[in-house]
Amino acid sequence: MPEKITVKIKRQDGPGREPYWQTFEVPYQPNMNVISVLMEIRANPVTADGKKTTPPSWDDACLEEVCGSCSMRVNGVARQSCSALVDQLAQPIVLEPFSKFPVIRDLMIDRSSMFEALKRVKAWNPLDGTYDLGPGPRVDPETQDDMYKYAECMTCGCCLEACPQVNENSPFIGAAAIGQTYLYNQQPIGKALMDERLEAHMGPGGVGDCGNAQNCVRVCPKDIPLTTAIAALGRQLTWYSIKSFFLR
Amino acid sequence: MPKRVIVVGGGLAGLAATIRIAERGIPVDLFSVVPVKRSHSVCAQGGINAAKNLKGEGDHPDIHTNDTLFGGEFLADQPLVQGMCRDAPAIIDLLDRMGVPFNRTAEGNLDFRRFGGTLYNRTAFCGATTGQQLMYALDEQVRRFETLGLVEKYEHWEFLSLVLDNGPKTRGITAMNIWDRSIEVFKANAVILCTGGPGLVFGKSTNSTINTGAAAARAYQQGVWYANGEFIQVHPTPIPGADKLRLISESVRGEGGRIWVPKNKDEKRAPQDIPDSDRDYFLERKYPRYGNLVPRDVATREIFNICVVDGRGIGGKNIVYLDVTPERSGQPADVLERKLGGVFEIYRKFKGDDPLKVPMQIFPGMHYSMGGLWAGYEDKGDMIVQMTNIPGTFAAGEVDFQYHGANRLGANSLLSCIWGGLESGERSVQWIQSDTAEADSDVYGSELKRQVEFAEKIEKLDGDENAFKIHDELGEWMTNYCSVVRKNDKLDELSAKINELEERFHRINLSDTTRSANKTFGFVRALWDMIQLARPIVKGARIRDESRGAHYKDGFDLQKPESDKIGEASDHQGYRDLCAEIAEKWGANFELPEKKGDISPEFQEYMDKWVEKERRWNKTTIAEYKPGTDGPELSFRDVAMTVVPPRPRIYK
Ligand SMILES: Cc1cc2nc3c(=O)[nH]c(=O)nc-3n(C[C@H](O)[C@H](O)[C@H](O)COP(=O)(O)OP(=O)(O)OC[C@H]3O[C@@H](n4cnc5c(N)ncnc54)[C@H](O)[C@@H]3O)c2cc1C
Ligand code: SF4
Repeated sequence: MPEKITVKIKRQDGPGREPYWQTFEVPYQPNMNVISVLMEIRANPVTADGKKTTPPSWDDACLEEVCGSCSMRVNGVARQSCSALVDQLAQPIVLEPFSKFPVIRDLMIDRSSMFEALKRVKAWNPLDGTYDLGPGPRVDPETQDDMYKYAECMTCGCCLEACPQVNENSPFIGAAAIGQTYLYNQQPIGKALMDERLEAHMGPGGVGDCGNAQNCVRVCPKDIPLTTAIAALGRQLTWYSIKSFFLR
Repeated sequence: MPKRVIVVGGGLAGLAATIRIAERGIPVDLFSVVPVKRSHSVCAQGGINAAKNLKGEGDHPDIHTNDTLFGGEFLADQPLVQGMCRDAPAIIDLLDRMGVPFNRTAEGNLDFRRFGGTLYNRTAFCGATTGQQLMYALDEQVRRFETLGLVEKYEHWEFLSLVLDNGPKTRGITAMNIWDRSIEVFKANAVILCTGGPGLVFGKSTNSTINTGAAAARAYQQGVWYANGEFIQVHPTPIPGADKLRLISESVRGEGGRIWVPKNKDEKRAPQDIPDSDRDYFLERKYPRYGNLVPRDVATREIFNICVVDGRGIGGKNIVYLDVTPERSGQPADVLERKLGGVFEIYRKFKGDDPLKVPMQIFPGMHYSMGGLWAGYEDKGDMIVQMTNIPGTFAAGEVDFQYHGANRLGANSLLSCIWGGLESGERSVQWIQSDTAEADSDVYGSELKRQVEFAEKIEKLDGDENAFKIHDELGEWMTNYCSVVRKNDKLDELSAKINELEERFHRINLSDTTRSANKTFGFVRALWDMIQLARPIVKGARIRDESRGAHYKDGFDLQKPESDKIGEASDHQGYRDLCAEIAEKWGANFELPEKKGDISPEFQEYMDKWVEKERRWNKTTIAEYKPGTDGPELSFRDVAMTVVPPRPRIYK
């Protein structure tokens, strides 16, 4: 059993500041995850070569891989650090913030663009109101099951981080919002906004910009069938373009 | 300036409140320390209760009301519980229309499962990620209102304090931008606090790491009453872990999961090799009717007793088995996987074993606070549901004290969050219409100054104490002495310990004084408030010399008579008198069964004590902050009883 865990963290003091690396050593305990390692460092922020430093900043909340907060690159892979178990990781464990989002500090990033994308594709059911309007439409278990898969997306950003099409020079909306577009296009009530959603995907940044690298499905921690959604949405879009062409 | 409402917190309660207010055309500013979509509510696994009776069992909202009141040992204001339970079916319909992917039956109807504290299939669910699914549906509705210009989100902003005028009336809040530590004032005519539970006061809990309780503590230090703080639910079945206690949902038992320990203390076999004849399914043995689905406080105490008192935990440790393998639960593996996949995933991911093959290992952990900001039911004058004692400040969700009395039933919290959220939204809209007076402008400046000065004080902390160590100690002490079993002498020691921790707080070394996204600063700022919030919890527990629901005090437990010798409470004259008094006070009309005859002396004695205890203790604890003292001032308020008279809580 190793006595200590070695962790290399890519640090950055604030937005626009130069990143730098620091190495830390933490006493080994069984069953540790990356977050508990970070917590150890935070309580005693001294680097491996004995220098006092500031505690690294990172985001976390649920520690059960359902909130998406603690996403970062762990040994180069985009994932949640709470479910990254030390016993399963090669050392030194290398922690970096996501590279496709602005860094706020250290391992903290700004993912607000992902929430903006959800606005753009109107990923919601248009409701008349919250008063009592009776039950919703019946849904067969298979459809429910299929929708449920997409409904588990926690906007964690792993799929965007892993996607070659998502970069500074591209407006590509990314797999997460495509999954949500597909989900709400299937919703018995959400369908009503299908045309508006497809309109949002016409032109630059829409589903058409997908380069089919398929990295998104490989990294998605919730195993969301993103490529299925991308293909299905592509077909919906083709159909919609033809329809709008004839209606023009 | 047009009138606005501030909602602090974007969990289920905060989002529900926001939607209701925006729907009424009133602009909302929504504050949250994390993007609202990442709020703690996403952790809820099991489901949400509503007596829709889709299984033809004869369930009814009034039975739901009764189960909730009984489960909470009659400490909840009854008209509100009744309102919630009656509206529950419509809330499920609303969520359904929002697109929540609830599990379905073959015919396409909503499916329901059984949860603790009831005999009905009353819990709607989405696999094992119900909270997440409800959150996302509400989150999208809020996003819709954002695009309509009715909601402005302040994510990564932390609520610091209320702005109160001399009335005192609520005039807004101060908040800190977590990304650069700037502090600002925000004006509003009403503020709704929906900031969730205080898990971190107990160190490790099933809660998210953002659940510090600091927001509630801050309001409390400004004069908002903290009510029933001593009622802390310890969940029977989390997996103990180094960084947190990960919940294994009650739905596992709802789907047939069974709790047991080996009959032989020194059992060496692997659990899956131990036959039923060598297993002690102790809950089934003691509670043949409810079995593994007794309410949480009962299950927790039984597990605690088996391990801590009898020393029969697995391998001598504080661990018992929870077996949901197909052989033991009676359901095929694929069905279990479909219904509980999300829970199993957590176990597989964090523990490495497959619950479909090997029994899980669990132990109780701090889970939920029934107590919280007083958001009351006024017995005189106008009733403003969800409003605190400070006019214009509302509270909803886990941070309020309503709905669950002394113990919350599983799957009732998501319901109370949404109902309380919608209700607080509605009432805040009404409130701001009547709020005509203008605030004197200097209240904003002086509150801002107070907060900036407090921040400066923290910045200057350069002693030799470690904030994280102080937090660990607080958590350990609270867990050891103020959770499953309480003892007065230990509570006194705990109070002294809290004073010590507060004193040491002033000698903390803030290891980081930078501005940009300084999480250590935020933690230390919140630690102060966690220490403050521990006090009403501990003092409430110390004063309450009885056992009720989740509050179990050693030496103050009424020994329940053997179940078969019970007789009927309604045959006890003292009980009938008590009911008549309550009925008169609340204008209620309770129908008690005719007196049937005499009761056994043993039961007579029990009922005598029980009636006396009800008279003394069936009251809401109100903690009022007293600056400069080492604890709040406590007082007690009558519980509104208009639906059913209290009765002894005996589960068979
Ligand atoms: C693991 C787990 C499983 C559960 N399962 C179930 C279940 O199956 N059924 C059920 O009914 N209940 C369940 N519960 C209970 C239920 O999930 C919670 O009680 C409920 O989600 C609380 O919701 P809320 O809206 O009150 O608060 P939260 O969801 O905790 O939201 C609080 C909000 O306040 C914000 N906030 C906090 N402090 C501040 C501050 N100072 N400034 C600004 N914003 C702040 C946060 O960012 C967040 O947005 C479960 C609880 C746990 C821990
Ligand atoms: S689709 Fe998967 S990887 Fe992408 S944001 Fe959602 S959960 Fe994360």
